[in-house]
Amino acid sequence: MLTILFDGIAYGMVLFVLGCGLSVTMGLMNFVNLAHGAFAMLGGYVAVAAMQRLGLPFLASLPVAFLAAALVGIVLERLIYRPMYAKSHLDQVMFSIGLVFMAVAGTDWLMGSTQQFIRLPAWLQGRFEVAGIGIGRYRLFVIAVCGVLAVSLQWGFTRTRFGSRLRAAVDDARVARGLGIPVSRLFALTFALGSGLAGLGGALGIELMGLDPTFPLKFMIYFLIVVTVGGTSSITGPFFAAMLLGVADVVGKYLVPQVGAFIIYALMVALLITRPHGLFARART
Amino acid sequence: MTAPALETPVRYSLLAARRWHPAEIAFWLVAFAAFLLFPRNLLLLNEIAILALFALSLDLILGYAGIVSLGHAAFLGMGAYAAGLAAKHVTADPLAGLAIGMGAAGLLGLVTSPLVLRGTDLTRLMITLGVALILYELANSFGSLTGGADGLQGIVMAPVLGLFAFDIFGRTAYLYSLCVLFLLFLVARRVTNSPFGLSLRAIRDNPLRAAASGVPNGRRLAAAYALAAAYAGAAGALLAQTTQFVSLDVLDFHRSADLMLVLIIGGAGYLYGGLIGAIAFKLLQDAIATFTPQYWMFWIGLFLVLFVLGGREMIHGAIKAVALRFARFGKGAAR
Repeated sequence: MLTILFDGIAYGMVLFVLGCGLSVTMGLMNFVNLAHGAFAMLGGYVAVAAMQRLGLPFLASLPVAFLAAALVGIVLERLIYRPMYAKSHLDQVMFSIGLVFMAVAGTDWLMGSTQQFIRLPAWLQGRFEVAGIGIGRYRLFVIAVCGVLAVSLQWGFTRTRFGSRLRAAVDDARVARGLGIPVSRLFALTFALGSGLAGLGGALGIELMGLDPTFPLKFMIYFLIVVTVGGTSSITGPFFAAMLLGVADVVGKYLVPQVGAFIIYALMVALLITRPHGLFARART
Repeated sequence: MTAPALETPVRYSLLAARRWHPAEIAFWLVAFAAFLLFPRNLLLLNEIAILALFALSLDLILGYAGIVSLGHAAFLGMGAYAAGLAAKHVTADPLAGLAIGMGAAGLLGLVTSPLVLRGTDLTRLMITLGVALILYELANSFGSLTGGADGLQGIVMAPVLGLFAFDIFGRTAYLYSLCVLFLLFLVARRVTNSPFGLSLRAIRDNPLRAAASGVPNGRRLAAAYALAAAYAGAAGALLAQTTQFVSLDVLDFHRSADLMLVLIIGGAGYLYGGLIGAIAFKLLQDAIATFTPQYWMFWIGLFLVLFVLGGREMIHGAIKAVALRFARFGKGAAR
């Protein structure tokens, strides 16, 4: 039982890294970016390619995945995302679904539709037992990496100059601009950070979630749940939402496999009905 | 209690909106004439008619009531499965099946409407998406009832009204679907031009002001949502009956996403938007599928992105210009 809980936490951690990138772009910049999963898929494929084609070790492929997704993110932000900021949510949804469809078909064309695999280094394979709990080495590694990321993100947004400038720019872009804060550069950087985190999450998640061209569609709902259920105004909200979702999903799949993904959708609908603005919503002005 | 008499100019303008434009009459004449003009493409025409009805349904809630939905396939699927199951277990009569499909989907719409009326646009998107995904999982899990991934097979339909049997060329199918579309269109036209329709538009434009002027927002939106759900259910029932097959595909996310594109192409907020969009979408799909069947999804994505980036007004301007020319042509031919 505790083993399942542990697996659920590891899964939730990956969901958090994937989702917090979205809560950065969607929550902070108020931009509904359903194409977030496409960046995650990009990171995953870059990691696969880096390991298989270039022969990089697994650890080295992670930052490569982050950088590649961040780079593509910043280019796309400059070129096509920017005009979308001012449009309605519906337009943003259509636009990003379009991007997802293109990414799915394009990846299928480039890389084939088969599932991709990676070889983990030997020290990350296998399990060991502590007090009766089976602990997968890779899952432990994921929890450690994502835990560090969660803490540093929270610190970054609440304690640093970048974080406070960003929050100011989001709350009132005009006044922030008047105070000399470079709003558009800040947004571009934030977008790159969000996309990069998605890429990193995609690379970390290959082992746990699998990777094939339908990845953005298959997991889009998971990211969205993390953000909408977690609320979009802090890092802690998405973190708890991701944990809840990860544990619920893994427990559901282990114990009652026949209901499939039903549990998380029901959970999401139930949570959204009771808390329409998310678990830890800050009062919107 | 009777409604207070409307001011004469108000009543006059309401009546004017209700009057039929010659272009509209021409549109429907062409739709029915297509049966004779394109006897080889009736199966495609049937698909267009069904998609048009589905788009009309989304237009009712999105264009008129301003409710965004990313899970409209839920109602299409509900209608399709209800009609399919009815045909297998209850009655083979198409019209009874259609009524059952509409009823089931409408009921689902009514039951889920309280969920949709809460929160912001974003919450609505998520909840509608969630409802559709839950239905998909349910249809997948209850394989003994729905056939699961294999689909619901062995649907045999009796002739429509006991007179017109379905054939493999889609002759009966197209006329049947088109007649249902036309009748439901008439109802939708009546509804949107009624005070009820006006109050929906008022809610869409400014919910606070609508509530302040005495419109019961929640109840009106719930009614509109259930009505639209019934329309989508009718589209699903037609799909199940004319193809004699239902699969999980009717509940798939891409159905809802394609539908958005249809409405974007055609333009939301006027009844012909969905119809024109459905025609354009299906013809486009047919044309592209002949040379790249596998990567159709890429093109649909590209169109979505370009439509949003390029501004929809431009495209709608073009469509309106074509429609105008079409109307003049129709008038000239009538003379």
